[in-house]
Amino acid sequence: MASIDYPLERPQTQESQFSFSVTFFKWVATVDHKRLGLMYIISALIFLVIAGIMAEVMRMQLMFPNNHLVEPDTFNRLFTMHGTTMVFLVGMPMVAGFSNYFVPLMIGARDMAFPRLNAFGFWIFLFGGLLLYFSYLGGGGLSGAGSAPDVGWFAYAPLTEKAFSRGGATDYWALGILVSGVGSIASAINVIATTLSLRCPGMTLSRMPVFVWVMLVDSWLIIIALPPLSAGQIMLEFDRHLGANFFDTQAGGSAVLWQHIFWIFGHPEVYILIFPAFAILSEVIPIFSRKPLFGRPAMVGAVVAIGFISLGVWAHHMFAVGMTSWSNTFFAASSMLVGVPTGIKIFNWTATMYGGKIRFATPMLFCLAFLFQFLTAGLTGIMLAVAPFDWQLHDSYFVVGHFHFTLVAGLVTGLFAGMYYWYPKITGRMLSEKLGKWHFWLFVIGLNMTFIPMHFLGLLGMPRRIYTYWPGRGWEFWNFFESIGAIVQAIAVAIFIYNVIYSYFRGEVAGDDPWDAWTLEWGTSSPPPEYNFEKLPVVRSARPLWDLKHPQDPDWKFE
Amino acid sequence: MAAPGITAPGALELERTWKTPDRGAVGVIFLIITETSLFTIFVATYLIYIGKSLNGPYPKDVLEVPILATVCLLSSSLTIYFAEHALKHRRLGLFKIWWIVTMCLGLEFLYMTGSEWYKLIYHDHLTISTNLFGSTFYSLVGLHASHVVVGLSFQLLVLIVTLLGFPIHTQLRRVLFLSWYWHFVDAVWVVVFTVVYIIGR
Repeated sequence: MASIDYPLERPQTQESQFSFSVTFFKWVATVDHKRLGLMYIISALIFLVIAGIMAEVMRMQLMFPNNHLVEPDTFNRLFTMHGTTMVFLVGMPMVAGFSNYFVPLMIGARDMAFPRLNAFGFWIFLFGGLLLYFSYLGGGGLSGAGSAPDVGWFAYAPLTEKAFSRGGATDYWALGILVSGVGSIASAINVIATTLSLRCPGMTLSRMPVFVWVMLVDSWLIIIALPPLSAGQIMLEFDRHLGANFFDTQAGGSAVLWQHIFWIFGHPEVYILIFPAFAILSEVIPIFSRKPLFGRPAMVGAVVAIGFISLGVWAHHMFAVGMTSWSNTFFAASSMLVGVPTGIKIFNWTATMYGGKIRFATPMLFCLAFLFQFLTAGLTGIMLAVAPFDWQLHDSYFVVGHFHFTLVAGLVTGLFAGMYYWYPKITGRMLSEKLGKWHFWLFVIGLNMTFIPMHFLGLLGMPRRIYTYWPGRGWEFWNFFESIGAIVQAIAVAIFIYNVIYSYFRGEVAGDDPWDAWTLEWGTSSPPPEYNFEKLPVVRSARPLWDLKHPQDPDWKFE
Repeated sequence: MAAPGITAPGALELERTWKTPDRGAVGVIFLIITETSLFTIFVATYLIYIGKSLNGPYPKDVLEVPILATVCLLSSSLTIYFAEHALKHRRLGLFKIWWIVTMCLGLEFLYMTGSEWYKLIYHDHLTISTNLFGSTFYSLVGLHASHVVVGLSFQLLVLIVTLLGFPIHTQLRRVLFLSWYWHFVDAVWVVVFTVVYIIGR
């Protein structure tokens, strides 16, 4: 079906020659969901590179025992900014970017429900991010030389109180994230309204692509989970600047309250981050297995279940705080419960591949890697949900290994799958498969080299957030090994970025539907015109393009 | 290449009967849900910190139950409904009257809150930094008051364009959404009132 015999056409514009000011203005003033989505993804990639460089510096510091590449203070700033950036300025805009670009296309709409709110969301997110990074210049206030926040990405009280965290660095953390959180909420409300209100005729909720379903539940989690963080940050700023006593233990305040508020946000947040990967896998695996998704209703049900259960598991981050044994039991049980719908998803993706005609293109390779790696991450997650086990390994490298396995080996791998899958739709050209394979193998080998040994180091007793260690504890080899893995990952990401730029100009012309796919976005041109569809689509099944391509055997006959 | 239209058998019938929810309604409902989440944290914090203040003044010494302000705010929910009802039937004069009454009730509520705070700050010397009661009280009541201010600002906008002769009945949807927000602000007050002035005292 994929036809590539016509030349690539880009939308024709009025001006014939390139003019910087016109182009610049077109991007700044745009309310088009595709441009905004692209800007979200590109800014996320830029922040990914910045935070990745920070991670590399930390790995270089930890490569040898008793190393002095960076000062302890710098190391604190590095891990704080690395974590904050990865969560709020890479993960969140990736959610917004993918949902912005593809939700309207997949439900057959011309734009988001509130295009201007969408533009507002993007710019407020970006300026929130820039505000956070301005801390490098302005963090010390007028008297200091300037510094970034150094309180860790979850910024536990009372370390963040005025007495212990002088200067403006912590304020930049709180306000930058508060501001970009407003953008995330705006974008999430927009996605919900778009999904519920702008579906094309015939696109009932039960026919909606699973990608859209996952993004809908993701947006639900964002609007429920982000306000608690904002509330906590408002209280923190009241404490720091108005002398309030929320987290001031000397005035009767409670430092544990901050932990509760933060993790009420923080645990749904990790599901918010991983959901785009779930969404992408649910689209990519069926296409490359040539089979419809196995157990579609169960998949949607599992996602909705996660969307509710994950709101009640937060205190498993706090087993070491000393809660009552009833709370420990409750949160251990609920944390294990959330593994059930996740297990359903893993099972269904695997079952989709079973008996399928699998094409091992790069997007599918990343999906396969995701399945194995995310399963591993889930299993260490179950281990950490056992409270006594967590007491042993709390704040150790085991935990660092666990969440890097979910977020890098899981989320980032899934995002790469999505980027290889949809790049032809966004640009009209294929990403190079050869470079893609190099990227895939180097990345997967590198990340396993880095993150698997972190579990061993945790079991050997290495605490997280230490800037160096003495030799003779059995930590040297694995730290060295991890750092080599980090370098391999960096090479892989460099290949990916080269691939993205090279293929934009020289890639093979893709055509509208290079993967022979079934969802609506492949039914318009690549890249899609500003209005997406000349005529709004009408659908009668979950696979509208399959129906078009196989008029003798359409899906709607079986609904 | 121009994309061929994607269509399915029975498309005309489907297009004719296809209905989806109003996007503005969905947007406002989920805005209210996200606001609820924000208030929940402040309310929970207030509840957790009841009786945890290490020094006075304590709620039972200084707080007076704001009956009048509560009556004002809650009845404004009713008057905005009357205004909306009048607008539905294109009775613009009546709409303006009820709208102005609603705004006056909202302003009266803000005035009462302001005088309450004045008394607390200058007479009872309770500020946000005095004790945990002060911190939680001013942040929760202040958060609610700020929502009243936002609601009043939008109501002022509607009033101004109406008085300038803009045909406001063409924007019935938006007036309706504003009234939902206003009802939400009132409902939050019921919670705040219960927590601060009944349980907290």
